[in-house]
Amino acid sequence: MSGDTTTTGAGAPAASPDTPERSWPLWEVFVRGKRGLSHVHVGSLHAPDAEMALRNGRDLYTRRQEGVSIWVVRADDITASSPDEKDSFFDPAADKIYRHPTFYDVPEDVEYL
Amino acid sequence: MYGNDVIDPDERPSVDPTVPLNAAETEAYDTALAHDDQREQVGSDFDALIAADQRIEPRDAMPDTYRETLIRQIAQHAHSEIIGMQPEGNWITRAPSLRRKAILIAKVQDEAGHGLYLYSAAETLGIDRAELLDRLHSGKQKYSSIFNYPTLTWADCGAIGWLVDGAAIMNQVPLCRCSYGPYARAMIRVCKEESFHQRQGFEILWNLMHGTESQRAMAQDAANRWWWPALAMFGPPDTGEAAKGGHTEQSMAWGIKRFSNDDLRQKFVDMTVPQAQKLGLTLPDPDLRWNDERGHWDFGEVDWDEFWRVLRGDGPCNAERIEHRRRAHEDGAWVREAATAYAAKQASKHKESAA
Repeated sequence: MSGDTTTTGAGAPAASPDTPERSWPLWEVFVRGKRGLSHVHVGSLHAPDAEMALRNGRDLYTRRQEGVSIWVVRADDITASSPDEKDSFFDPAADKIYRHPTFYDVPEDVEYL
Repeated sequence: MYGNDVIDPDERPSVDPTVPLNAAETEAYDTALAHDDQREQVGSDFDALIAADQRIEPRDAMPDTYRETLIRQIAQHAHSEIIGMQPEGNWITRAPSLRRKAILIAKVQDEAGHGLYLYSAAETLGIDRAELLDRLHSGKQKYSSIFNYPTLTWADCGAIGWLVDGAAIMNQVPLCRCSYGPYARAMIRVCKEESFHQRQGFEILWNLMHGTESQRAMAQDAANRWWWPALAMFGPPDTGEAAKGGHTEQSMAWGIKRFSNDDLRQKFVDMTVPQAQKLGLTLPDPDLRWNDERGHWDFGEVDWDEFWRVLRGDGPCNAERIEHRRRAHEDGAWVREAATAYAAKQASKHKESAA
């Protein structure tokens, strides 16, 4: 549902595998709203396998035609950057302002530049 | 009673006759959608984030009591959604037309979906859904006591949509601005779907009120029975004297709750009375009258003894609801086991063919 953290709460303690529900893996669901848009994370669900995750994802997240395509991904298979390391992790981009067009001085009267 | 919330008394709107019937898509909802993320400036300290009205996300540090409060509230909310499937599910086979049957199935399916969004949100706090279901089944966690009342006639499906979902919307719209991100986002999704629920209920009653004498009597009887339990849904009084010692204050400080129970109840009465008038229904409260000075409807006292009695298990349907829920869960065990076994078999086949 959000940007950098998925709804799985990757920091959450693991559940004890006492019952079938507990052993069903968690899947993250991504929906493409319409052709031309990218898939966006909409939430998560439990399912025994990918096919069931896809069907449950359809029933849970697209009951009102919210999508034309769904991806499901095992939450365990997602590797996420850590919010704690956000600064150092993204730091290399911070001082490269020459990557932006506004960095350059050009005469004002030049068109299409 | 589930979620709750706060408005600044200065911002409290007076009754506006132009307010649309659709209570879910109000300004408050739009505000929640337009949430301004200032995390960059505020940093990651819990108190600073709360003070700046920012969202707390699953991986943020948070006090244990905040986490526990949220788990309890979100779980109770989720339980209410899935137990809430029963009173109306009771009427699916007897809905008076194919149109009504299709609508009712869609609504009950939505309630299941709302439960799942909420269990997902609770799981981000580090608790397993199966554990929460255990707590529901064992009676350790509660659900909204409104669902312990029976649906005796078809008109009850109308009254539930109109009054119960109407009250739920009042409660849930401010929760779209709850400080806990996954809960707030689940609420936005729920509210978006909720307005059809309220409107279909109103429509059921509208049609009955334009029907025969006995249909009108049936609608009035349903309104009589659901009005007070709907007012009780907002929870016990928590303003003035009653504010002391309750958990409203702490929940408000944390930005989980945004309005007091009493404010929301008043808002609900102000919204609903004109709708009842439009329907031609008489709400069963002799003290109900417009107060020009306050700019609100005055109304009588909810029977809080009954509220606590029902919450503690002694309502007309408590045993039946939990028993039905447990049985459905147990009867479904073989399906879950079969799905797990099938998944394991497919996975091992896949491995073999890859080898």
